[in-house]
Amino acid sequence: MTVRELADTKKYRVVNLGDGAERSIGKVFCCDLLSIAMGRAPAGCAWVTVMGNMNTLAVASLADAACVILAEGMELDGASVKKAEEQGITVFASEEPVFDTALEIYRMISGDGGL
Amino acid sequence: MDEAIVLKYEVSPDDFTRAGEASSDVKSKLKQMGVPPDAVRKVAIAMYEGEINMVIHARGGEITVTITPEKITMVLADVGPGIPDVELAMQAGYSTAPDAIRSLGFGAGMGLPNMKKYTDDMKIDTTVGVGTTITMVVNL
Repeated sequence: MTVRELADTKKYRVVNLGDGAERSIGKVFCCDLLSIAMGRAPAGCAWVTVMGNMNTLAVASLADAACVILAEGMELDGASVKKAEEQGITVFASEEPVFDTALEIYRMISGDGGL
Repeated sequence: MDEAIVLKYEVSPDDFTRAGEASSDVKSKLKQMGVPPDAVRKVAIAMYEGEINMVIHARGGEITVTITPEKITMVLADVGPGIPDVELAMQAGYSTAPDAIRSLGFGAGMGLPNMKKYTDDMKIDTTVGVGTTITMVVNL
């Protein structure tokens, strides 16, 4: 499943669709501690987190995540939205908890509907 | 790429939201040069961790990145407080970051271990009260 296909499901609000929309999502990664995410987020992952600040975007970009999904209804502030646009980082927003969001994406990218 | 390419960056102190700009710039330049994505990612992660450390602990500093066909060398130099116990600082989970930094999601004591993990060579020259220079190499 590509980032654009995830957007097209309309399950999540698209905060910004970046320039890696055709990237394939390889894995789902959950972590709110940026220090850990920096070292452990796999390249090409969908990163589900509640940490929505400017540094989240820097980590997503530098660790080469395919997209960020902010769970629990968390919002990016205006300056961060602008940065996501400038840097071409894809950010989605979900009202659901981290686990539920991650599981749903896992099922979609696995294409088999279950674990 | 016959000659070494040298990039220099000033890391400004206390501007946590701008931390990562130098790393982002290096990342996009390496991509443009056709450096393999895996090496670009290693450099980006290691340099960003270093950049964050300079902002948190050392009132900024200077980063020099040298790119040759064989390797990418990052030298991060600051005139901060120095690291009293390097072995302890290298332990995953050890941190002296203030609470304000932790509330942003950093300060988990993973910076130096991540830098080591993502580079092929890392050297720390530090003197308490004088500053720290970290040299990291990613082979191509």
